[in-house]
Amino acid sequence: MSDHSKSSPLPTYFAVFFALLVGTGLTVFAATLDLGRFNAAVALTIASIKATLVALFFMHVKGASEKLTKLVVIGVLFFLLLLLGLTMTDYATRPWS
Amino acid sequence: MPDSTLVGLHHEEEHHPELLHHFADAQQQRDSASLGMWVFLATEVMFFGGLFCAYLVYRRWYFPDFAAASSTINMWLGATNTAVLICSSLTVVLAVWAAQTARRTLLIISLIATMLLGMAFLGIKGVEYKEKFDEHHVPGASFSFNNVPVPGHPGQYANPHHAQIFFSLYFVMTGLHALHMIIGLGIFLWLLIMSWKGRFTPEWHTPVEIGGLYWHFVDIVWIYLFPLLYLIDRHK
Amino acid sequence: MPQPAIAPPVERENYLNAKYGVWSWLLTTDHKRIALLYLLSITFFFFIGGFFALLIRLELLTPAGDLVQADTYNKLFTMHGMVMVFFFLIPSIPAVLGNFLVPMMIGAKDLAFPRINLLSWYLYVIGGVMMLHCMLTGGVDTGWTFYAPFSTNFTNTKIVEAGLAIFVAGFSSILTGLNFVVTIHRMRAPGMTWSRLPLFIWAHYATSIIQLLGTPVVAVTIVLVAAERALHLGIFDPKLGGDPLLFQHLFWFYSHPAVYIMILPSMGVVTEIIACFSRKRIFGYSFVAFSSIAIAVFGFLVWAHHMFVAGMSVYAALVFSLLSYAVAVPSAIKVFNWTATLYKGSIHYDAPMLYAFGFLGLFTIGGLTGLFLSALGINVHVTDTYFVVAHFHYIMVGGAVMGYLGGMHFWWPKISGKLYPEGWARLAALIVFIGFNLTFFPQFLLGYMGMPRRYYDYSHMPEFQILNVLSTAGATVLGVGYLLPMIYFLWSMRYGKPAPDNPWNAAGLEWKTPSPPPTFNFDEEPVVTWEAYNYDELDSPDKGALRGEEVPVAR
Repeated sequence: MSDHSKSSPLPTYFAVFFALLVGTGLTVFAATLDLGRFNAAVALTIASIKATLVALFFMHVKGASEKLTKLVVIGVLFFLLLLLGLTMTDYATRPWS
Repeated sequence: MPDSTLVGLHHEEEHHPELLHHFADAQQQRDSASLGMWVFLATEVMFFGGLFCAYLVYRRWYFPDFAAASSTINMWLGATNTAVLICSSLTVVLAVWAAQTARRTLLIISLIATMLLGMAFLGIKGVEYKEKFDEHHVPGASFSFNNVPVPGHPGQYANPHHAQIFFSLYFVMTGLHALHMIIGLGIFLWLLIMSWKGRFTPEWHTPVEIGGLYWHFVDIVWIYLFPLLYLIDRHK
Repeated sequence: MPQPAIAPPVERENYLNAKYGVWSWLLTTDHKRIALLYLLSITFFFFIGGFFALLIRLELLTPAGDLVQADTYNKLFTMHGMVMVFFFLIPSIPAVLGNFLVPMMIGAKDLAFPRINLLSWYLYVIGGVMMLHCMLTGGVDTGWTFYAPFSTNFTNTKIVEAGLAIFVAGFSSILTGLNFVVTIHRMRAPGMTWSRLPLFIWAHYATSIIQLLGTPVVAVTIVLVAAERALHLGIFDPKLGGDPLLFQHLFWFYSHPAVYIMILPSMGVVTEIIACFSRKRIFGYSFVAFSSIAIAVFGFLVWAHHMFVAGMSVYAALVFSLLSYAVAVPSAIKVFNWTATLYKGSIHYDAPMLYAFGFLGLFTIGGLTGLFLSALGINVHVTDTYFVVAHFHYIMVGGAVMGYLGGMHFWWPKISGKLYPEGWARLAALIVFIGFNLTFFPQFLLGYMGMPRRYYDYSHMPEFQILNVLSTAGATVLGVGYLLPMIYFLWSMRYGKPAPDNPWNAAGLEWKTPSPPPTFNFDEEPVVTWEAYNYDELDSPDKGALRGEEVPVAR
């Protein structure tokens, strides 16, 4: 993968780095708040944003010349969600049986 | 009779020393290595995915006990480790940039910094594990989790069996993650040696790039492990 | 006058004679040599698994459990299953025919990662040796499905060792899949677009996706089982708050798609054979191609149909039942397309085609009985009976193994440079077909009538004996049918007629190389300008002469 942009990518890298640290701090802070059922959702949302930043900018998915990389990432997430989701159809509905 | 071992190149470009014979050109080799690493990382997502599935099932079933167990692991060590890994991802990305722009010194420094941060991560992990060992929270014969209150429910105590399931998942998930870190350190040691020998150029530095991809993946797994394991019901 | 000495003709250099010596094989990175290394190893395990099958069928000749003890019988069916699934069926076609043909079919010199390919074989061998050691020192008795909590808490057989063997072999499978995906994406020759790929390639691509996404989940499940056994964690133990069904979910998430790993490559083989021996393009190329991908994706949606009676939620069971009906559709599409290809084709009944015909009928029966099993009402009655055993053997043996044998016959001239004896091959195909049906059709009846599987003693149901005797008789015939190709393939390597480049006048880049091919397949990258399955051109008066010139062939 060659560097396509003419300008230096360094400012972007440092911006993402700071965003990741801020995100971590936010996660810890949010965990100390009582958001009821949304604590988990907030934590996972922040985690997902952090993971997306790492993937897009550090792993160079953004600006990847081929759609194939993005297809691999989206594909595997689809199958992971399938594993989790379809398994939960059993566990979530067992009390009804 | 033509020598069948002769390989015809249909480009006139110079045969780069790192070009393997079965590839048509360097671009194809580079693209193949990159796709290969991405596909491998996809398998790793599914590998950890099975554990996340088990975690999801039991967290729903035994939320109070999981919350109690989670409250006994050291959140600050976990948060520090998260920051350590984020820093290491930065140094990795700097290493790749250094390789792309022929900055050999920066490359070597970045690789060393990454490894030091990785070792710091493992060191902090070791401290955590020792804490758990001392508190008899390691699953197995000596596991004990009596009279630990459920956060937010005074008078209610966690079920030790269910807490043991939490710690089983904690140790398997973080242990597997740590194993991947150790392998990552091995990979980066090899990258360091190759960099020291000056093997990487702007034209060819594929191992640095795909080694970097692997390291970022290990970081991403931790980004999810931290809130799921350390931050269950911390507000109570 | 003395005759001048005539030197014997120099044998053209090919991948078999390019280098000699054990190390030139054990350290090879040539995908064709690695394919042969796999051929030897999986054939070895096929006989081990077959040996266990023989003992099972011998025990079941009589209602009483009089040949082996109950524990031993448990080990027999377990080892039969584990060896056949993990060390024969899953590698078989991809590791042998896939490794050999994928690069050639797309016009490449080798796979994307030849050294990883060799590593795959070594991982397979290491896993195999571990499994052998496990078997020789006591084996495992849980069934190949090693359900918890029996496997984690109660059995004292060598679960961890067997699990580790499967874990290692699983990585072999993952790396093969990785190699194929990257190769097919990156190393197609110029002009070899996705829509010109042989459907064998599409089938292997789909198979590889399953290998990559599914195998890691069973790998981590094995880790959990090992940890549970060692430390009594409680993850699957009800007494400690665990759920045995969680094991089943994680296990079947892989093991159901695994059956598509076992059948998809066979479908790819059958497609190639049917096109060639009907002298026609495959009917509905896009449908067949996309149905392979659909099978790979849908195959991940149905796993809990193995758990209908295990205690899962009835509502989830409804969902999985519906999805299981859906997964049959792409397979049915293939059957329709194969049939439509045969229609008005110029059919030749060579041995590969006989195997393909066998596949068509037997796979259809096996697949349809899968639909029976998807119906919740029927499932309750026939789960864990011989109906299920017959169902999956119709697909695995009547389908996958038939396809494998058909493919071995079809490509044997290319692989070995020799022709196998056609008369014997047709006889063997017939024997296999007859033996197979005699073995497994009675098992549908047995299961429907209520004979449970994994029972060594059915003396409380002596009326089942006659069908069991038929089944065992069939197994003997089947065994003969399998032995014959071993013998005449070996015979042909020494005494067979030298094969021409394209004995079948088949379409495909692999047939444009000599038999056997040179180490690097093609002198220069071929440039593809024709569509797949161009049998109309190949059979036209000029025999597609133009096409021959466009592919620079290594001589």
